[in-house]
Amino acid sequence: MRTHVQLPGLQLKNPIMPASGCFGFGKEFAQFYDLSVLGAIIIKAATGEKRFGNPTPRVAETASGMLNAIGLQNPGVEGIIKHELPFLAPYETPVIANVAGSTLEEYGEVAAKLSNGMVQALEVNISCPNVKEGGVQFGTDPERAFEVTRHVKEQTELPVYIKLSPNVTDVVAIAKTVEKAGADGLSMINTITGMRIDPRSRKPIISNQTGGLSGPAIKPIAIRMIHQVFKEVSIPIIGMGGIETTDDIIEYLLAGASAVAVGSANFKNPNICKNLIDELPHTLEKYGFNSVEEAIGGAHY
Amino acid sequence: MIREWMSIVNHQEIASQTYLLELQGEISSLVKRPGQFVHIQVSSQYFLRRPVSIADVSPVKGTITLLYKVMGDGTEALTNKRIGDKLDIVGPGGNGFPVEQKEGEEALLIGGGIGIPPLYYLAKQLTARGVKVNSVLGYRSKADLFYVEEFKALGSVQLTTNDGSAGKQGFVTDALPSLANIDQYYTCGPSIMLKNVKKKLDGLPGYISIEERMGCGIGACFACVLETTESCGKGYVRVCSDGPVFRPEEVVLS
Repeated sequence: MRTHVQLPGLQLKNPIMPASGCFGFGKEFAQFYDLSVLGAIIIKAATGEKRFGNPTPRVAETASGMLNAIGLQNPGVEGIIKHELPFLAPYETPVIANVAGSTLEEYGEVAAKLSNGMVQALEVNISCPNVKEGGVQFGTDPERAFEVTRHVKEQTELPVYIKLSPNVTDVVAIAKTVEKAGADGLSMINTITGMRIDPRSRKPIISNQTGGLSGPAIKPIAIRMIHQVFKEVSIPIIGMGGIETTDDIIEYLLAGASAVAVGSANFKNPNICKNLIDELPHTLEKYGFNSVEEAIGGAHY
Repeated sequence: MIREWMSIVNHQEIASQTYLLELQGEISSLVKRPGQFVHIQVSSQYFLRRPVSIADVSPVKGTITLLYKVMGDGTEALTNKRIGDKLDIVGPGGNGFPVEQKEGEEALLIGGGIGIPPLYYLAKQLTARGVKVNSVLGYRSKADLFYVEEFKALGSVQLTTNDGSAGKQGFVTDALPSLANIDQYYTCGPSIMLKNVKKKLDGLPGYISIEERMGCGIGACFACVLETTESCGKGYVRVCSDGPVFRPEEVVLS
């Protein structure tokens, strides 16, 4: 079974990678399995300076998923380059860095600093719903999405994947805009803004009040959006949102994703990515595919 | 830390809404310190795992003992698991309490409610080293008492309940023994209790074990963070992997 997938700047031995924010910088999961089995690794978001993130509680359980409002806690781009990326260097797995910021300039600065040969691609986070400035503001306004994509492209030679927000009326419009601005690929979707309220305290459970909903609850939304966008753009899509089984992965491929990222399922089962990688060839065979590539976009006819 | 399906060898209610759960598996041989925890997947219906601290380890039986309180739907569902069932467990997590006191020294253990269990394994390890253990245990009421006799077998015990139905009425901070001979304190319980203990025992070397809502429980998601003091200068640290045990002077308690 051929599980290999080629994406701009990335040769993936299989289409499965952990999603940004759900895998830290890899260290914690390396005690469970050899990270070299992964198709790629998308590391936690980097900002220009160190960020402490939001107050706790930062997570709440929901039906078939969870809310989170971490708020981009990270040691800053230089801390990541110095203290986190060297750990991943020995693994035979491409690393995709997630770039975040409050301003256009910050996105550019982070992207430029990460273009030092330690990562193979950038995923630009214009869709974090849990920070006051930047984040989703860039991802819900086509004009700003265009600007940030073009600015990041000017700062780097690396392939640039734009991570889209589902918190929009017309995701196709944003996708087409960032493609026009030079994006090499898309990541979709980020979390959907949600809230839970504790009946006893009468207050939102998460201190940020709102959080990003992830898990199987959002999978149908992601599948629908990828299906819509696949028809309208010619750049590849990394699909994500609630993946827990290899059947989920087939669904994503058929909708139009060329690769997939596994997010909060890593919290339920730290071995999930490895298990899915082991199982995928059998599932492809079961549905009559000879390769991953054959399944991509298969639901479009 | 590993993920494994552990077998339930004992499961019973030992106090009001408080259960003893004994699990057999390899994780029991990986526990390094008291105060470490395991992360339990109750069922596929509950998305997040539930962190529960380890109350005891039996190397002979290859088991760990957990004591948990029903706090919501997830822990309620856990009460339905039977002896012989298997549970999906990740652990042992966290760093736990350092057990470094020397023979002849004295320790003060202060536990509140479901923060008491990890102190039991700690008390066993300390007494095994020849450390004299003094415990102050606070419960809501008489119906909530558990492990009082077990602690008494290891040293002196001061008992408090909120309603006075057993022991002294009040909080653990109302029943602290003379501190003259205490070399080190260890505490675990509700955050308001920890805050008051820290204030009252200011200047005495100690260790505080913190509880927080967790995501992954292995240090990757940054959900269960805790603010550190300015002098500590680490910003937010992770309760699951940097803790759950911290020095009182390192952390900001709210």
